Amino acid sequence: MLTYIIRKSFMAVPILIGIATITFLLNFVFVPGDPVRIAMGNHGDPATIEMIREEMGLNDPLYIQYGRFVGNIFRGDLGISYTTRRPVFEMIMERLPATAMLAVSSMVIAILLGVTAGIISAIKPNSILDYLFMTGAMIGVSMPVYWLGLILIVIFAVNLNVLPVGGYGTFAHLVLPAIALGVRQAAHIARMTRSSMLEVIDKDYIKTARAKGLSEKVVVIKHALRNALIPVITVIGTQLGYLLGGTVLTEVTFSWPGVGRMAIDAVNRRDFPLIQGTVLFLAAIFIVVNLLVDLSYGVLDPRIRYD
Amino acid sequence: MSEKILEVNNLKTHFFINKGVVKAVDGVSFSINKGETLGIVGESGSGKSVTSSSVMRLIPTPPGKIVDGEILFKGENILNKSMDEFRKIRGNEIAMIFQEPMTSLNPVYTIGDQIAEAIQLHQGLDKKEALKKAVGMLEKVGIPAPEDRVHEHPHQLSGGMRQRVMIAMALSCNPELLIADEPTTALDVTIQAQILELMRELRDEFNTAIMLITHDLGVIAEVADKVAVMYGGRVVEQTDVKTLFKNPKHPYTAGLINSIPTLEGDSGRLEPIEGNVPDPFSFPEGCKFANRCPFATDECMTKEPQLEKAEKGHDVRCHRWENLDLKK
Ligand SMILES: Nc1ncnc2c1ncn2[C@@H]1O[C@H](COP(=O)(O)OP(=O)(O)O)[C@@H](O)[C@H]1O
Ligand code: SF4
Ligand SMILES: [Mg+2]
Repeated sequence: MLTYIIRKSFMAVPILIGIATITFLLNFVFVPGDPVRIAMGNHGDPATIEMIREEMGLNDPLYIQYGRFVGNIFRGDLGISYTTRRPVFEMIMERLPATAMLAVSSMVIAILLGVTAGIISAIKPNSILDYLFMTGAMIGVSMPVYWLGLILIVIFAVNLNVLPVGGYGTFAHLVLPAIALGVRQAAHIARMTRSSMLEVIDKDYIKTARAKGLSEKVVVIKHALRNALIPVITVIGTQLGYLLGGTVLTEVTFSWPGVGRMAIDAVNRRDFPLIQGTVLFLAAIFIVVNLLVDLSYGVLDPRIRYD
Repeated sequence: MSEKILEVNNLKTHFFINKGVVKAVDGVSFSINKGETLGIVGESGSGKSVTSSSVMRLIPTPPGKIVDGEILFKGENILNKSMDEFRKIRGNEIAMIFQEPMTSLNPVYTIGDQIAEAIQLHQGLDKKEALKKAVGMLEKVGIPAPEDRVHEHPHQLSGGMRQRVMIAMALSCNPELLIADEPTTALDVTIQAQILELMRELRDEFNTAIMLITHDLGVIAEVADKVAVMYGGRVVEQTDVKTLFKNPKHPYTAGLINSIPTLEGDSGRLEPIEGNVPDPFSFPEGCKFANRCPFATDECMTKEPQLEKAEKGHDVRCHRWENLDLKK
């Protein structure tokens, strides 16, 4: 298992270098112009600008800039932001708790809501509750996150005035963004849990469990659910990319001061190092969470061996 | 008189599906005495599994429903009990093992946990004591190195070993009745013989009554005391094992006996019954076996025979049993 983690981590290195290369090159394709001039506006005198360019190594040949960029990444140095003049890594770390809080609470909502709805639907298929949940889930998977976010804002913040429009700090601030981000995941999880439970509940070992005299509750929760969750994990895994993108959109919609919003701000301000840093960082997070998803299979299913 | 542990009277279990009503079990009666082994034999689709699932109250509802009859366990009708009451009997006084050892154990729990679960539930032992008892049971069913095996998962065991685990689990609470639905069908021949031998040994040790379901008369000959032959959701003949093989009175039973391959391999005598069990929607109006029976008459096509007492302890459901000589 440990060797598996180490091997997977090593496999992540070329992926990260690839992403670093792409972000490095993309800057030249999509953000033409002199970054220092953009950052300083039009009122820097040419001598100062030249000094900053020299200081930042922007006058060096491209391959030297690239080599330095990649080398620094592995030292945890993501460069200095053009706009704030602070280390990018530090800025990301500052924003990380907000993003983590949003992502984790939305995931908790998604799992609690999705798994519960899926179980109820599966043990009483074609009941009113089943139709209700599955219709909800169908709407949920097809609803864009920013759209849902705006609707939630209109209903709960503007019309009912019970929750803040956006911002950060209290539990009340967290409610709407976490729901906006969690609903789509919940919908996916609910659908997968339902179909997976329906399949598992017909298995022979469920009959064995009933034949032992166990109560339906134990049969469903202990014997069926753990097996049914294995494919649900896959769904969560395939939705990770979406979760990442959704986090960025949600942060923007709700003025949530996370890494995602910082990335968008960086794009607007053409803050190269900050763009590169946040993209790389999000990619690294994606890889780590993917690995965690991978490992959670082993926790649920003893047939899986990591070797 | 020996004491009746299970008595099934006029059991009717039907399935209500879109196409209509499947009368999978339609008026079945039999009884099992303490420590006795009743074999229930018949081709696939004759209602054996539905009968055994009915006794365990494991019929999926909907679409299935026990529409009539009673199932007396130690004199009490289990169908009148609430599910909560019956759960105290299920897995405890009545236990069951199934046909597919490969899929009957939960893949995500260790076999020790799965055996201990029943012991904890019914005998009130704590987890540690229950696991210790589970090791003892594994030893009893002939699993080598039980202290290690108890921590293994089902996928680490062969089919034969898994069926032994199922037997250990079923017997862990000392049931008075064991229902075994085709316990050896999925296993290869040598393993089959071992499992049957094991069941015989344990039956003698624990004095457990067994309801043994099989489509294989050879298995019946090995272990059963009494036999009920089922066809089309009914019992068509019922008697003790010796009489059944020596003096079968129903043409279907005779057909089954003739289709047992013998060790000598005199394949000339091997005559499988022609045709298949018709699907439950196209059974003949009269005797359900009429479309396959070599002795069928016009009466058989229109009038359904009743289960009659041919001799003491020998019932048969055939219009013509008195006129047929089916002895070999
Ligand atoms: N869940 C079900 N729904 C509909 N029909 C069923 C169901 N279970 C069993 N049956 C029908 O009941 C009949 C008897 O089945 P079964 O008892 O399994 O036969 P066997 O003697 O092979 O064990 C078959 O015709 C089968 O199609
Ligand atoms: S009743 Fe008629 S058809 Fe049915 S088994 Fe007897 S002889 Fe054959
Ligand atoms: Mg069967």
